[in-house]
Amino acid sequence: MLEIEIDGKKLTVPSGSTVMDAANSIGVHIPHFCYHKKLSIAANCRMCLVQVEKAPKPLPACATPVTDGMKVFTHSDQAVTAQKGVMEFLLINHPLDCPICDQGGECQLQDLAVGYGQSGSRYQEEKRVVANKDLGPLISTDMTRCIHCSRCVRFTEEIAGYQELGMANRGEFTEVLPFIGKTVNSEISGNVIDLCPVGALTSKPFRYSARTWELSRRKSVSPHDGLGANLVVQVKNHKVMRVLPLENEAINECWLADRDRFSYEALNSEERITKPMIKQGGVWQEADWQTALEFVANGLKGVIAEHGRDAVAAVATPHSTVEELFLLRKLMSGLGVDAVETRLRAADFSLKTAGATWLGQSIADLAASDAVLVIGSTLRKEQPLLAQRLRQSVKKGMQLAVINPHGDDLLTAKAAELVVRPDQLVEGVVQVLRALAEVKGIALQPNIENGSGDIPAEARAVAAVLAGKEKAAVLLGNIAQQHPRYAEIYAAAAAIAEATGAKLGVMSEAANSVGAQLVGAETGGDVFAKPRQAYFMLNAEAEFDVQNGAQALAAVQKAKLVVALSSFSSCALEHADVILPVSPFSETSGTFVNMEGRAQSFNGVVRPLGETRPAWKVLRVLGNVLGFAGFDYTTSEEIRDEALAGEIGPRLSNALAAPVAVKAQAASGLVRLGEVSIYQADMLSRRAPSLQKTADAAVAAQLRANAATLAKLGLAAGDRARAEQAGGVAELAVAVDAGLADDVIRVSANHPLTRALAGHVAAITVAKA
Amino acid sequence: MLSQESLAQIDRELAKYPADQRRSAIMGALRIAQTEKRYLTNELIEFVAGYVRIPPVAAYEVATFYNMYDRKPVGKYKLTVCTNLPCALSGGYSTAEYLKQKLGIGFGETTADGKYTLAEGECMGACGYAPVMLVNNHSMCSHMTPEAIEKKLAELE
Ligand code: SF4
Ligand code: FES
Ligand code: FES
Repeated sequence: MLEIEIDGKKLTVPSGSTVMDAANSIGVHIPHFCYHKKLSIAANCRMCLVQVEKAPKPLPACATPVTDGMKVFTHSDQAVTAQKGVMEFLLINHPLDCPICDQGGECQLQDLAVGYGQSGSRYQEEKRVVANKDLGPLISTDMTRCIHCSRCVRFTEEIAGYQELGMANRGEFTEVLPFIGKTVNSEISGNVIDLCPVGALTSKPFRYSARTWELSRRKSVSPHDGLGANLVVQVKNHKVMRVLPLENEAINECWLADRDRFSYEALNSEERITKPMIKQGGVWQEADWQTALEFVANGLKGVIAEHGRDAVAAVATPHSTVEELFLLRKLMSGLGVDAVETRLRAADFSLKTAGATWLGQSIADLAASDAVLVIGSTLRKEQPLLAQRLRQSVKKGMQLAVINPHGDDLLTAKAAELVVRPDQLVEGVVQVLRALAEVKGIALQPNIENGSGDIPAEARAVAAVLAGKEKAAVLLGNIAQQHPRYAEIYAAAAAIAEATGAKLGVMSEAANSVGAQLVGAETGGDVFAKPRQAYFMLNAEAEFDVQNGAQALAAVQKAKLVVALSSFSSCALEHADVILPVSPFSETSGTFVNMEGRAQSFNGVVRPLGETRPAWKVLRVLGNVLGFAGFDYTTSEEIRDEALAGEIGPRLSNALAAPVAVKAQAASGLVRLGEVSIYQADMLSRRAPSLQKTADAAVAAQLRANAATLAKLGLAAGDRARAEQAGGVAELAVAVDAGLADDVIRVSANHPLTRALAGHVAAITVAKA
Repeated sequence: MLSQESLAQIDRELAKYPADQRRSAIMGALRIAQTEKRYLTNELIEFVAGYVRIPPVAAYEVATFYNMYDRKPVGKYKLTVCTNLPCALSGGYSTAEYLKQKLGIGFGETTADGKYTLAEGECMGACGYAPVMLVNNHSMCSHMTPEAIEKKLAELE
């Protein structure tokens, strides 16, 4: 510990602290631009100059280590003169265009200029002008405003993991730019907008639509991945204008993924439905709520009377809130219907665990692991911010190993990697298990078939990463969870965890996957395999939210009654009989339980659009219309307290309820690797135009395979190919993906172009179109 | 895009640094590429970056920062005149002016016969010999008075 005195206040700080850290710890503000607590120290803006006793000239607080007995003056004449000098230099080339600048009102340069700037400029010469850059559909540039703090450059390199921006040229000609002809494509790119202290980088979708002081700030929780990023939703005239991160070190730190930040565009989409609609004689008609709810109640009762209660299934996406799912379950049990399902993207429903599957530990604990094995995950796209966290952990010495059906770059060092065919994921995990058993001299559990053949060196390397680590974790991603042999993958992964003392974890696919399990909304299984007479669908789109979308669509088309509760009319116009407009997350109160088992409740940030109503209210009133007891909640909090009664912790468990037989299977022929692409995963992302213009969205429209496989098929990059699965066809552009095993065809799932295809991991045929 | 010899030279540069610090070899790698191809196109920069395995923009930063890297074709002789403060105080601008008049070109330009390119340089750490000029990035000429310039140009004929 070191003693230091700042502006006369004495304090002690750990050695290695900078003057900036020390000042921050006692709430003394030192003006700065380039300094950011999550980024490396660049010390290039010089705004943080302070006076240090015995130092001949002012020193930059952000880059000056504290020495014992140091005396710092942040507001002395010398410090203030230096700060004013720096400000004058910074303003020399900065345009005075605040009135037309989107950053106006939330600009650090503007704020500090008020404190340290002069009222007029002594600079008479010409100011420099810098051409704007095309950084893609999310970030707008006004590069003349750039003050070269390099925060954005350091962000891409250090946090996003790949330097997409750089500082070209030198001196007066310095410019921040991407490489010629490239855009910024990171899945967490929007954070540079927050980092840029001036208006050089601003939000493209938000541009020129509101001033910061006109916006009210409301807290919320991201409805996308299982992380549960905390949001500040900014609202004007009952409309969501913009979404920013709410800092929460335990969850999202100070970052947001692009889909957390930009999916709000869908909330204001033309496709929003604002009135209940009933289809009569094939024609959609608007109806009032009472009529619509009675129609639904009578319809459900009618189907049950005629075909029995097994003829009805309720499905909802795990992006629905705890309250919604709890009431859905309760409503269905009132009707005597058992089938309520949220695992819509699953193909294997056989896994039984002792509790709700979860990360197995907190996000912060996971980040402190010595070794992490990720199984079956396109991590950066499934969990953008978790991937970011693990990247930082790798820098601190964590070893990261993967078993995957692709070789996607994690933009961080992989200590070991085993790439397998998607249908051989189980076998890959078992190979690592065998390697571990060999090193540790233990036998495999009797339910796990040993498999034959040599253990590949890659599997041994993966095993070596985990073996002997104090604090290790084995994580299952979406590809594993959506795999037709999920239970086997899970059992083999659990055996690896047991053999190494690692914690087993499931990275929740959606914002409320854990909550869905806690309220028991997982009783249906594959409710589309054998078509039902009636489907009750909450926030779910048959062809986009269900693994076998083609099959689901066929099932709902045949059904007698389809009730869709949705925010978007487009979700079910063709096959539903009634659409009830329900609120997206921004217009309802609710709770999501994230992957670490943390329940996060939020309030609506704007009032429901038109006659839209929160789904929990709709379900409650439906309960009343049906005359069920126990549907008289007045607030969503009452529902939550009933749904999550008691502590959550004890109800989470990744322990297998019964042993699963793991049997080796041989595989040959072309196999599909189908993943749901980052901006197709949920109803909102799918309808956010800016996200749909990103490079990630473009990749999702391609058919990818390695060069050898393409050659065998007579295809080349740029060709068009026809992929066929169970009678469904998709025509796609061909691209090379060198990270795939032979005979693997990577075609994204639940995509407008591929919705006719069937299972994510299944045989596929491909020919030139 | 580059010859086997150049790639072998780049490999030698890479071998000088630890495997996780390949980035350090980018200056040498760009120099080698430029020696073979005479100047660095964006495609060449991207190729070299790929070879060194760093993001292309990281190589671009280096290629645009140092004025010994040429990103346009240059003449047979590239004359770089230092105009930083110490040289400027000791006649660097007059040297540059003299050359501009003499060759009929400005900074960043090449004579019609393709013989000379004139470039403005940054401090070469030789301020004591100001004004200084660099020929073809490698040979340093000090005290560049008009007489010294004439003499040098005669040598280059
Ligand atoms: S664009 Fe913004 S963040 Fe990037 S260097 Fe310029 S001022 Fe800094
Ligand atoms: S904040 Fe210290 S130099 Fe920029
Ligand atoms: S200023 Fe010209 S060499 Fe230093």
